[in-house]
Amino acid sequence: MKKYSQLRAMLAIAKASFRSSTRSPSAVVFTLLFPLIFILVFGFISNSGGVRLHVAIDDNSDTTNAIFQEIRFNQAIQLYADSDSEIIRSLRKGDLDAIVHIEKMDSGFEVNVVTSDISVQNGILFKGMVKQIISELNLRAMPDFNLPFNMIEQPVIHGREYKTIDFILPGQLGFSLLSTGVFGTAFVFLNLRQTLVIKRFFATPIKRPYIVLGEALSRIVFGLIGAAFILALGHFAFGFTMIHGIITFLTMMLLCAIGLIIFMGFGFVVSGLAKNESAVPPLANLITLPQFLLSGTFFSITNFPDWLQPFCRVLPLTFLNDAMRKVSFEGAGFIDIWKDLGALGIWGVIVYALATKLFRWE
Amino acid sequence: MNTNKEIIKVQNLFKQYGVFTAVNRISFNVYEGEIFGLLGPNGAGKTTTLEIIETLRNKSGGEVWVDGMSVDDEPNEIKKIIGVQLQAAGYYPSLNLTELLSLFSGLYNVDIDIMKSLKSVGLEDKAKAKFKELSGGQKQRFSIATTLINNPKIVFLDEPTTGLDPQARRNLWDLIRGIRDDGTTVVITTHYMDEAEQLCDRVGIMEAGKIMTLNTPDSLIDELLATGFTKQKVFKGANLEDVFINLTGHEWRDE
Repeated sequence: MKKYSQLRAMLAIAKASFRSSTRSPSAVVFTLLFPLIFILVFGFISNSGGVRLHVAIDDNSDTTNAIFQEIRFNQAIQLYADSDSEIIRSLRKGDLDAIVHIEKMDSGFEVNVVTSDISVQNGILFKGMVKQIISELNLRAMPDFNLPFNMIEQPVIHGREYKTIDFILPGQLGFSLLSTGVFGTAFVFLNLRQTLVIKRFFATPIKRPYIVLGEALSRIVFGLIGAAFILALGHFAFGFTMIHGIITFLTMMLLCAIGLIIFMGFGFVVSGLAKNESAVPPLANLITLPQFLLSGTFFSITNFPDWLQPFCRVLPLTFLNDAMRKVSFEGAGFIDIWKDLGALGIWGVIVYALATKLFRWE
Repeated sequence: MNTNKEIIKVQNLFKQYGVFTAVNRISFNVYEGEIFGLLGPNGAGKTTTLEIIETLRNKSGGEVWVDGMSVDDEPNEIKKIIGVQLQAAGYYPSLNLTELLSLFSGLYNVDIDIMKSLKSVGLEDKAKAKFKELSGGQKQRFSIATTLINNPKIVFLDEPTTGLDPQARRNLWDLIRGIRDDGTTVVITTHYMDEAEQLCDRVGIMEAGKIMTLNTPDSLIDELLATGFTKQKVFKGANLEDVFINLTGHEWRDE
């Protein structure tokens, strides 16, 4: 008789489980749809071209002068015109950064800039711009005048463009892996237990660890297909930077696999703790939501208060997100991100130790 | 048929859940090629006994051999030569029957003709149907198809006809007899006595974890009659089920 192959049995489970997941709406939604929606949204609002100042010119201004023309044609300034009362109200609400009034005098022009304490930075920026415009115009008007201090413009060094998508996509990808890992794994094992699918497996010659491996393999393949899709869409549709091309892509995929395996550990913990299906979402959300918000998925964790940041920095998704951004944008290799990988490894050990303790077969 | 070779030997089997004794030192043998029925009310210990023989559950005491192998020493070897239908078996609900049988052929490491397998249980039309779309009787027939994949020496059927209508029940009986006629030993649990009487070569009746009696259905009836027992109601030549079957037919139907 041929020797029984646990591998063949495991692959049979992996295949069946994969087919099952592709037909499960929730798996598809969590793995693909949510991250895609976020990426689409952020993909379209990104690249608006840096700072934009909102400035209104008041009704009685002189608009025949050179200063007005400079302001009007400045790329960074969006100019508005409305009634005086309306523009004051807009300034108070913060919709406007400044109101400008230009008065023609006998000897020249006088510029008045009103700013608010709501958009302080943009106000200062606009005043600075106006000052610069004025001094340049003055200089042009008196070319023979010798100034003691001068700035000589140098060509701008072209930096690598860090687009919003370069920040958002790794975060979304990480979150997609987290949800697939935690929700997917937790539900699948709970379901297998409750519907007695797993008990039927026990009655066949496959050994228990191979059942888990088969299920896990199918989730990894499913998650990685999702990840590849997100990376490809981000790259081709929104110009997501993968600095070394295919090498970066493959490094990212390997990183995704590592992340997914660790997140699946959380899923095993949840399926061990949950007594029934309704207990899964609260437990799984307890793991995914804080990381969704605090792991730099949407914005850098430096935006959080100082007391919260140390907590943010030890979350597994933070390490994964950081590592993915370093790989995709800075072109880091596995050696360069050893600290993040090491931290993920520690998380892996902790989570799987817990999962092994809590795992229930029946 | 019955060769009098013992294919399952159970000796002093004992199973305790905490303080509750589910199976209380029972001994019996199953012969190769017979349909052996384990009867009894709910909670009598039938399923526990079956699951211990199937190596799905640990015993608290006693010995069990299946085809000469001890459940303690060679559970995985035993699993290769038995087919198990669980009382409430589960399958991936969104997979179709072809995909599920392909899964089980992988799990048993055997190559099978899936259509032939489906045909043997009358489900060839349902090859692309999902498990969750099947009726109760179809589910049970499919479940039996999965137990036959590895061409087992013994098939265990735990209450296969519970909840089925009379037609589906009779169809299943024919199927089970066919399995026995192909040389496979069948161990079945049920709490329908008419079913046991029709189907089983020998039956053991369990109550509160003990086997009260074990013999052929005929001998058990004769033993009872010998004690002077008479049925209160006079039997007519047919019963209501005969009327029902006569009116509604006996064919396999899509329930």
